Amino acid sequence: MSLLLQLFASFFQIGLFSIGGGYAAMPLIKAEVVDLHGWLTAVEFADLVTIAEMTPGPITVNSATFVGMKVAGLAGVVVATLGNILPSVIIMLILAKLYEKYAQQTLLKRILEGVRPVVVAAIFTAGLGLLQLALGSVTAPDLFAVVVSIISFLILNSRRVKIGPIALLAIGAVVGIGYALLF
Amino acid sequence: MSSDTDNRWEKKGKPTINLRFYLKLFWTTFTLSMFTFGGGFVIVSLMRKKMVVELGWIDDEEMLDFVTIAQSSPGPIAVNGSLMVGYHLAGIPGALVATLGTILPPMIILTVVSLGYKAVADNPIIAAAFSGMRAVVAAIVLQVSWALFKPLAEKREVLPILLFVLSFLALFVFKVNIMIVMVAVILFSVVHSLILVRKEKHS
Repeated sequence: MSLLLQLFASFFQIGLFSIGGGYAAMPLIKAEVVDLHGWLTAVEFADLVTIAEMTPGPITVNSATFVGMKVAGLAGVVVATLGNILPSVIIMLILAKLYEKYAQQTLLKRILEGVRPVVVAAIFTAGLGLLQLALGSVTAPDLFAVVVSIISFLILNSRRVKIGPIALLAIGAVVGIGYALLF
Repeated sequence: MSSDTDNRWEKKGKPTINLRFYLKLFWTTFTLSMFTFGGGFVIVSLMRKKMVVELGWIDDEEMLDFVTIAQSSPGPIAVNGSLMVGYHLAGIPGALVATLGTILPPMIILTVVSLGYKAVADNPIIAAAFSGMRAVVAAIVLQVSWALFKPLAEKREVLPILLFVLSFLALFVFKVNIMIVMVAVILFSVVHSLILVRKEKHS
């Protein structure tokens, strides 16, 4: 099997079996990319995890791009990424169609209503995790991060100040650089 | 703290589908994806801010449904979630445009980064920018969970609050995998709904 086909098949499998968020996919990616095909060394894989955490985007798409680029250049990037998202696209199109058709049905409506508090709890948990990450340690938190987080929260919660989340992130980046240069 | 949160958004309904809309959808998903480092729930929070509050394309309940479906299906939540919104707004073309907008930023960035990632990882300016953005991202996600929690609390029903507290404890304190929590609550809801349906028939 040619290299491009192998890349496609490998990332198709990763896409198909990575249910439940990025960290669930890590062992799967390692098994395919490091252990089975040897496309990355263990050290390169550790670097990939660091980069994936620092850069935007889903970890599986990041891995597909990174491995594709290393193994087969831009063609590899396109093939690996397409392979990676194809299972999602197919399955989600079917589910989206079903949702539009049955969302108003009592049973499904009730089930989805039941799960909504879980999603809110999951988003809250993710937020707390991100806060921990931003503050460093809980006992001696990074004061700069505390101030930035509180001000951002107040701005987002206010109806008078109209700054979108993306503009706010850009401001956060600039403030972070300014703070590092000053102190 | 101002009590005026963005809960009073108005759903403007489905937009007119034309080239302008597709460009807007592409640009929206592209910019959202560009800033979603730190896991799938970040894009969900940004999506709510942008698509529910600013654009009025979907409402909060639809968004939570999309997250539920995106989370319990294979593949990244970010890709699945955008695809659902795109399909909801404009069918299959909308789904494909939203998906493309979501995967292009990581593809471009990782392609560039893979060429010289040591320089990027060790760059103090980039590290400083990230420390600032991390603090903002935490605030965004927390504020969105607050805005979503409030209508839940205002209903004054015991069950949703109880489910919220229990799943929060399971996720945050006991570190239970979210898939397990979701499957458990889905099973519970199925049984609960069936009992309710039965009661309604009898009465």
